[in-house]
Amino acid sequence: MKKEIEFTINGKSRKLTVKPNELLLNVIREDLGLTGTKYGCGTGECGACTVLIDEEPVLSCLTLAITVDKKKVTTIEGIGTDENPHPLQQAFVETGAVQCGFCTPGMILSAKTLLDKNPNPTEDEIKRAIEGNLCRCTGYIKIIEAIKLASVRMGGRRK
Amino acid sequence: MREFKVVGKSVPKVDAFPLALGKPLFADDIELKGMLHAKILWSPHAHARIKNIDTGKTEALPGVHAVLCYKNVPRVVHTSAGQSWPEPSPYDIVMFDNKVRHVGDRVAAIAAETEEIAEKALKLIKVEYELLPAVFDPEQAMDEGAPVIHDEPDCKYLIPVFYDPKHNHCAHIDLEVGDFEQGMKEADFVIEHKFKTHHEQHCSIEPHTCICYFDHAGRLVIRTSTQVPFHVRRIVAQCLQVPERMIRVIKPRIGGGFGGKQEVLIDDVCAMLAMRTKRPVRLVYTREEEFTSARVRHPMVMWAKTGVRKDGTLTAIQLRVLSNAGAYGPHAMTVMNNTCAKALPLFHCENIKWIADAVYTNLIPGGAYRGYGVTQAAFPMGVMMDEMAETIGMDPVNFWKMNTIKKGETSPIFKALSETGKGVEMIVESCSLPECIDRGAEIFGWREKRERFKNQPEGPVKYGVGMSCMVQGGTVPLIDMASAFAKMNDDGSFNLLIGAADLGTGADTVLAQIFAETLDIPVEDVIVYPSDTDITPFDKGAYASGTTYLSGMAVLKTAEKIKEQILNVAADMLGEPKEDLRIENKAVISSKSGKRVEFSQIVKRALYIKDQFQIAAIASELSRLPPQSFAAHFAEVEVDTETGQVKVLSYVAAVDCGTAVNPKLAEGQVEGAILNGISYALTEEFFFDDKGRVLNPSFGDYKIFSAPDIPKITTILVPSYEPTGPYGAKTVGEVNINGPLPAISNAIYNAVGTRLYDTPFTSERVLNVLKEKGAD
Ligand code: FES
Ligand code: FES
Repeated sequence: MKKEIEFTINGKSRKLTVKPNELLLNVIREDLGLTGTKYGCGTGECGACTVLIDEEPVLSCLTLAITVDKKKVTTIEGIGTDENPHPLQQAFVETGAVQCGFCTPGMILSAKTLLDKNPNPTEDEIKRAIEGNLCRCTGYIKIIEAIKLASVRMGGRRK
Repeated sequence: MREFKVVGKSVPKVDAFPLALGKPLFADDIELKGMLHAKILWSPHAHARIKNIDTGKTEALPGVHAVLCYKNVPRVVHTSAGQSWPEPSPYDIVMFDNKVRHVGDRVAAIAAETEEIAEKALKLIKVEYELLPAVFDPEQAMDEGAPVIHDEPDCKYLIPVFYDPKHNHCAHIDLEVGDFEQGMKEADFVIEHKFKTHHEQHCSIEPHTCICYFDHAGRLVIRTSTQVPFHVRRIVAQCLQVPERMIRVIKPRIGGGFGGKQEVLIDDVCAMLAMRTKRPVRLVYTREEEFTSARVRHPMVMWAKTGVRKDGTLTAIQLRVLSNAGAYGPHAMTVMNNTCAKALPLFHCENIKWIADAVYTNLIPGGAYRGYGVTQAAFPMGVMMDEMAETIGMDPVNFWKMNTIKKGETSPIFKALSETGKGVEMIVESCSLPECIDRGAEIFGWREKRERFKNQPEGPVKYGVGMSCMVQGGTVPLIDMASAFAKMNDDGSFNLLIGAADLGTGADTVLAQIFAETLDIPVEDVIVYPSDTDITPFDKGAYASGTTYLSGMAVLKTAEKIKEQILNVAADMLGEPKEDLRIENKAVISSKSGKRVEFSQIVKRALYIKDQFQIAAIASELSRLPPQSFAAHFAEVEVDTETGQVKVLSYVAAVDCGTAVNPKLAEGQVEGAILNGISYALTEEFFFDDKGRVLNPSFGDYKIFSAPDIPKITTILVPSYEPTGPYGAKTVGEVNINGPLPAISNAIYNAVGTRLYDTPFTSERVLNVLKEKGAD
């Protein structure tokens, strides 16, 4: 039986009718056309599908769409624009943390939650925050560097 | 060395911002009206004949639009290897066959309204199998009476090479340079060991993705995650039996390839479904399918035998290689050849014997994987070097330095063999390996650590350091070709159309830098459009560490031709001879009169004012000599002798990739390759059951490193200048994946006094080896 849900996506409120077994990942990519959220495994093991629900990182490939009713969903498209990128997006570009870029949206959203809660994380805290986000291209080094740089720019870290 | 304006600078990747913003750039990021979803039915058996397929119920299911199987598609033998024609891989695969050769082999395909319907439809296909005996062990594949995997009469190579499918013998080559036996006689010590390397999946985070549709003119458009768009066009045309002109292949941004996407893995099926349904069709592998039905690094069994004199002279090398091709032979021969052609020129040795075979087994097929055979051979060779150094009592650093090729030298291997067969004679024109070894050792603290670990701490945890050196030749000489086209726009900017396929490495950026450097313009003025078979000129594709070097030279030549045209127009405008003019900062300046005319004025004149024409050029580059990139790696490990756990504590890579056109991107290549290599050495492993099924087809059970697992990695770029490359550049994509296996194995030995000759170095294996040692 289909169900109507109402939620906020990247600051805009939306109503959608979804099947009870519909995955949030598919709703985001197909119904909302927000393709920055990626499919990498479908089993909760790569982090490419990470989105934020009420500011917490969630794997959208394991989340039923009906569960976001009345909640606030943020995807990579919702945190920065061409004119006004998020400091993390800016830092990822500058440090060379984007290689193929397929893991990047999920990586940035995991990092955003970290910095929002803990503006001045240690290297270990950074590593743990992105533990669930696999990257096969970069070796993570420049990603960690990017998160540190963003943390400085966002005022968390002293240079 | 020359000072450059743009080359050598870490400008941000040209596509980094849109990627970081999550823009729809990847193959699967479009939604087409009426798009159908495809699914493939896979074989549950390792070896079986299909006696019948009944698709009646499937076809009757509402929402199913097409079902393909061996009964209704043309039988076109081809290779899935995305290589230049005539491919040096056997033609041993068809779109659908009445035989399956590994668990996960294709049986049938469906296009349906939704993925759900397609899944349901798969279950309705009735397949009658006649089970055949299977062979999994490469060492038994050629035995008399072993099941014949390719018994079909039409499998063949297009090129004249050995092929004996009746004995599962997919490839064989042997060669000898100098006199191996004589070299052995001259040796004071002879060392001999058997080595084994294991399967590895590429694990690009983006799975194989293909969307096919028809454009307004009725031509088939293939939007696919590929490293080789032009080979996709040719091979799909072949499989579908349509002319190439009916097909356009678009390569969008690619979410990692590492060789896995140098394969026509799904494009033929997706295209055929689109043909049959006249609807757009989307086919995306699941992660599980990546592990069961894509390609892997060829596992190899290797026997190495070397002779060394007390003074450190390497007198003879013999390497025998048995490569497990799996069920099909894409890249089987060329990967095998590289265990000699691209791996052995590293060594100073006159007497080399190499014997290599690739065999079919009923396991997942091998394919291209970053390192491409060199990774496999670098393991035994790196361990043998360490053992020889120890045997004669020399520090490995000195032994490596003494026995590796230098600038101005040649190796008899260059002439004897290339990746595809016949080699080319060449001199190494650039090599900073000796400096790499020295600087790497110094920054790593090699001497102190070797001293320190002579005395191990009490308790179960031991420490050790190990090193290895490596080479990777780029491109396949006399075969690989790249080209570029550029035109000048009204404002003095340029469109640069390249056939080269950036698969996430930053190639588009590096090529834009080379173009910008040549014309003295900022990178922002270069609008790169990569790889679309309708629009960009041909490029062999992204493989064999060829893009920076080869596509880079094509871009450089294109820019030089454009420069000529610009100078001609400027000469006319200024009324001064061309010889007196130079290009500087988007303008042409006369060295004599000091007069200047801007690029924007020049192009306006060319387009609108006088003798109008489009300033534009196209250029190609054929690889003549494979440039050699080098590296020296140093690993420090901790081994827990109670649990067998090995942890890499720190890792230093000193790398000679010629000029680093974009140091940050080059570092990224090094770091990514090293971490992939370490993860392969320690945790990544396929498990098969006795029926040939992959038991761990998921990231949960096939462990690739995540951020908390990484050791401290230090990358040092030690420049050299390659005169045949663009602004001295060579290649950097592959070489560094060849270090972790030998360097870590050598470090484990340094820690616990036991050598590991089989990979990966899991707790279990390390414990076993320690036990065996204890038992002696
Ligand atoms: S796609 Fe959701 S974790 Fe991999
Ligand atoms: S940049 Fe390619 S997977 Fe992370």
